[in-house]
Amino acid sequence: MTEINLDKSSVRDLNVELQGGSSGDKFSVNNTVGKHALSVGLTTAVNVEINGHVGYYCAGMNQQANIVINGNAGPGLAENMMSGEVRITGNASQYAAATAHGGLLVIEGDSSSRCGISMKGVNIVVGGSIGHMSAFMAQSGCLVVCGDAGDALGDSIYEAKIYVRGNVKSLGTDCIEKEMRDEHKAELKELLMQSKMNHGVEEFRRYGSARKLYNFDIDQVDDY
Amino acid sequence: MCGIVGLFIKNPALESQLGALVAPMLSEMTERGPDSAGIAVYRNPQEDGCKITVLAQQQDFDWNTLEAAISNHFSLRNITVTRNHAVLCLDSEIEDVQDWMSDNWSDLSITSAGTNIEIFKGKGNPAEFIDQFDIKSMTGTHALGHTRMATESAITTEHSHPFSTGQDLCLVHNGSLSNHNRLRETLRKKGVQFKTDNDSEVAAGYLSWRLSEGDDLDQALNHAIEDLDGFYTFAIGTRDGFAVMRDPIGCKPAIMAETDDWAAMSSEYRAIATLPGAENARIWEPEPTQIYSWKRS
Repeated sequence: MTEINLDKSSVRDLNVELQGGSSGDKFSVNNTVGKHALSVGLTTAVNVEINGHVGYYCAGMNQQANIVINGNAGPGLAENMMSGEVRITGNASQYAAATAHGGLLVIEGDSSSRCGISMKGVNIVVGGSIGHMSAFMAQSGCLVVCGDAGDALGDSIYEAKIYVRGNVKSLGTDCIEKEMRDEHKAELKELLMQSKMNHGVEEFRRYGSARKLYNFDIDQVDDY
Repeated sequence: MCGIVGLFIKNPALESQLGALVAPMLSEMTERGPDSAGIAVYRNPQEDGCKITVLAQQQDFDWNTLEAAISNHFSLRNITVTRNHAVLCLDSEIEDVQDWMSDNWSDLSITSAGTNIEIFKGKGNPAEFIDQFDIKSMTGTHALGHTRMATESAITTEHSHPFSTGQDLCLVHNGSLSNHNRLRETLRKKGVQFKTDNDSEVAAGYLSWRLSEGDDLDQALNHAIEDLDGFYTFAIGTRDGFAVMRDPIGCKPAIMAETDDWAAMSSEYRAIATLPGAENARIWEPEPTQIYSWKRS
């Protein structure tokens, strides 16, 4: 375990060291005091434990790495993540996992507005509730919410799937409640297990696109 | 982009350290606003009297001439000069002093008026501002600070925040308003005066107007949601505390935190992280359009 103390190391030093790690290496990062862009651009399967609250864009562009944050995060957590796993024990601010292509983001607390905006394949599991305009223009991947969702959930959504256990304040344009078929139950069960959320699949409802807004015909999906 | 900080002292033992606690918060927000900085501090209440902060356009303004002239007209308790600012404490009616100032001293502007509030601001790096005005040694009950990155109007001291919105009231703003030109004209017709072309000054003028129409602060802010178009996180200083409100889309950031000793708000957590006990504080993000306020009981 390599310990990096941000009292002594700069953010750039930290990121250079983490990016240079080999698969399986373990790092712990301390004295974060809300600093921005911690543990970004990692491309190997290192394990990073960050102790304390972090600022903007923590774990951005993550590939393969397993990052745990013991604290809260500012805007843009795991923005544009490609793969790997990011877990935060506290809350995450606006646009968590925005535009993210893959991997798993687990937020044990709440997430605020625009969670999963324009998500492109990432899976997001939120233990608490999410704010307004979440999954706006979400293209693919799953957003699982164990608490409630704010206004305009899934506005202009494409083919991402949303599972919500609590109440949805309002659905956005072209987002509708959909039937929970067996394949969805299996997918949700797997995500709840991976993220260690202890809820039954039957407690959730599924939401997705009514497919009336975008110029795309699902019957011709193979042509695209 | 701009940075906002606010600190409200709950434990009176910390009032002597208000400036020492708020200065690092302001400094931490430098990257969000390196153009200019300002602070409203609430301290030394003037019982049965009033207090105004005056800003001189010239750095070398001769404050002795003002002191002599004002002493002829009013009962001046004391005057404290810091660079191009002076805080005047008087036994007089505040409106009389304000009228006399505007009639006779066109090169001076009143940046705050009330019994507790004092406002200081200046262009340049926040670190210089903190040193020049010796913010660290300030005592008081609460303070609001602002670091500015100008996006829509010039960088001058007059364009800097906080803006006075009435007696013991002030506003700091992170964001941009899109209907401020038309709203400024509307408010001018109603008698509200503006010193600059700054959008945040319009928000301050709007709140002043609503309050003069009989709104309380919550009502004025709820009217603001209807009439102001744009992005904003506002922090509003009052005699007893401060209030925070974000626009309906919640576009601009804000974070709040509270311990037994203090309550704080900022644009980013890293400013709050400088406070003692921050790591164990209750921390949350204010919801859009919801008004959060702290008051001295």
